[in-house]
Amino acid sequence: MTEITKHEPTTIYIKPSKGLAALNLRDLWIYRELVFFMIWRDIKVRYKQTLLGALWAIIQPVLTMIVFTFIFGKVAKVSSDGVPYPIFSYTALLPWGLFVAALNQASRSLTSNHNMITKIYFPRLILPVASVLGGLVDFAISFVVLIGLMVYYKVTPSWASLWTLPLFLLLAIITALGVSLWLSAINVQYRDVNYALPFLTQFWLFITPVAYSSSVVTEKWQLAYSMNPMAGVVNGFRWALLGSGNGPDASLWVSVAISFLMLFSGLFYFRNMEKTFADTI
Amino acid sequence: MTTAISVKNLGKQYRIGAAQTKFKYGMLREVLVDAAMTPVRIYKALTGKGSRGTTNSASFWALKDISFDVEEGKVLGIVGRNGAGKSTLLKILSRVTEPTTGTVSVRGRVGSLLEVGTGFHPELTGRENIFMNGAILGMKNAEIESKFDEIVEFSEVSQFIDTPVKRYSSGMYLRLAFAVAAHLEPEILVVDEVLAVGDAEFQRKCLGKMSDVAQQGRTVLFVSHNMSAILRLTQEAIVLNKGQLLMRAPTQEAVDFYLSSGQAQAGERLWDADEVPAASAPFRPISLKVRNGSGKVVDTVRSTEPVHVEFEYQLDAPITGLRIGFYLSTMRGEYVLTSFDTDEPRLFDQFDSRKSGRYVSRCVIPADIFNEGRYSLGVNASSFGVRRYFMDENALAFNVDISGAPGTQWAEPRVGPVRPRLAWKIEKLD
Repeated sequence: MTEITKHEPTTIYIKPSKGLAALNLRDLWIYRELVFFMIWRDIKVRYKQTLLGALWAIIQPVLTMIVFTFIFGKVAKVSSDGVPYPIFSYTALLPWGLFVAALNQASRSLTSNHNMITKIYFPRLILPVASVLGGLVDFAISFVVLIGLMVYYKVTPSWASLWTLPLFLLLAIITALGVSLWLSAINVQYRDVNYALPFLTQFWLFITPVAYSSSVVTEKWQLAYSMNPMAGVVNGFRWALLGSGNGPDASLWVSVAISFLMLFSGLFYFRNMEKTFADTI
Repeated sequence: MTTAISVKNLGKQYRIGAAQTKFKYGMLREVLVDAAMTPVRIYKALTGKGSRGTTNSASFWALKDISFDVEEGKVLGIVGRNGAGKSTLLKILSRVTEPTTGTVSVRGRVGSLLEVGTGFHPELTGRENIFMNGAILGMKNAEIESKFDEIVEFSEVSQFIDTPVKRYSSGMYLRLAFAVAAHLEPEILVVDEVLAVGDAEFQRKCLGKMSDVAQQGRTVLFVSHNMSAILRLTQEAIVLNKGQLLMRAPTQEAVDFYLSSGQAQAGERLWDADEVPAASAPFRPISLKVRNGSGKVVDTVRSTEPVHVEFEYQLDAPITGLRIGFYLSTMRGEYVLTSFDTDEPRLFDQFDSRKSGRYVSRCVIPADIFNEGRYSLGVNASSFGVRRYFMDENALAFNVDISGAPGTQWAEPRVGPVRPRLAWKIEKLD
């Protein structure tokens, strides 16, 4: 039998948390391995017993792109800022797909793991966090198609803007996490979330420049429009990869501010509701 | 001696919302009225009004003002009836749920044997689930790796370790799950036998693991309805009743107190609505009575008279295959006998399914069975292999008086729980 080095056990104090509970991110750090295990499990299980497997990560955005190209590109002739429409929409569909998948997975993450929540302690935050991060694998797979499209349409990104791509990806993740924290915590008590979510993502798609260019939004509405962090993300992706649009400006900082507001309010709401999860789920 | 667990003024309040009675009769009118009231409900939910102190929500204290300390290396038993707050206490200690009032300080990692199989995913292989489950239980990756072979060996499923667990038999699944939990090596182990799943063999394994842990000098909290297990494995016990701590004493004393407090009404046990767990529905126990040979409800029966036992209950919905069982045991927890109301093939066929309504299941335990002493009567309502609706292993206790029983001409106690009148013959052979 292997001897595990004995260290002084830490004392845990259990008491009713009052007001805005401390964020207690230290616990999340202690359980960091579990985050990776949950992501790994989600990925392993996601395409089990499917015929097409991980191909689904490609099929979904590609088919949407084809439909968008036909309807908006060919029929409605929506402006794509001089970029070929397929690559124009696909570039936006990547972060959008990540965002929607994160919302779908994360909002159900607590309720579908209710047996874990009612039986053992672990930082509940792990479940939505792992769900959101788990979408990155699908994102990476569908990104390969984008590279193919760029080669086909001979679009070369400039290094001057490409380095910002990870930052925009981070912004997408922060936004998705912020919304997911709200939705997953509300879902524990009110399963209305399951019914409201398809509408939420549909409306959100309309106010996000996925099928169209944000240049169609008139000056008067620009500020209000950039209150949607996903608009900042999509514009950023297009700018970083295709060089279209004006690049980061003041409206981006509005997006970033709103995104962080969502994340922190989500964290506090989640932490505050966390103590009753096991009782109400 | 250091204190492993220190509980101070602990309380846990649960709200019982109006949701339980909502749409009881499934009337369209009520559904429509409810839909029309939705804006009001949303307003109340968002402002936090309505959930506190209004007429449509009641609250009850599952635990109230509990204080106790457990020293490191001690094994503490927790006894109490269904709904006494035992499971709530363990849930708070393992940080699954938060207390409403009071504080607990816990020194070290709390592991529990009711976490068995938590987080197991049917699509993952045995190997993958070991790592997954270990991580959920708070083990470090390196720790799991170092114990991996041991866990596999303990689980006896090494042949199928790379097969998805959905292909496992339920026994294999349980063994693997238990193997991981058993190797967690927490500083504090909580065992809730009441909720333990699995067969007798598995429960035996749980108890074995528990005494191992106790012998290694770690702290154990043990909840059980089995008094012999409590007596065997713990030195000290606390008694909970309706969320309050009634006493803490050496186990023998606590068990005596617990068992004798059950017979407040002599020879009769009545179940209040709040004592019946919600999970029992549609089964609802009403009363359990012990009558003597002349039909009187008594606390003490004579061993020379037959004992009539009757259990009254209500079915709120029809149940198929229901059987009512009596468990008779001595005060030290040794079982004397088990009997079910549909043991007889004729009754088994006739009561294959029971319509909703009020029932009584009666039996007569013949005269000349019991030895002197106090016996505990447990009841159980289950459908074999399907579901256990209700169980109370110490529903009622009664005394047996042996005056007139065989061998009472000698004033000496006799060992053994039974004292039947045997047909002795003595022959002179030469």
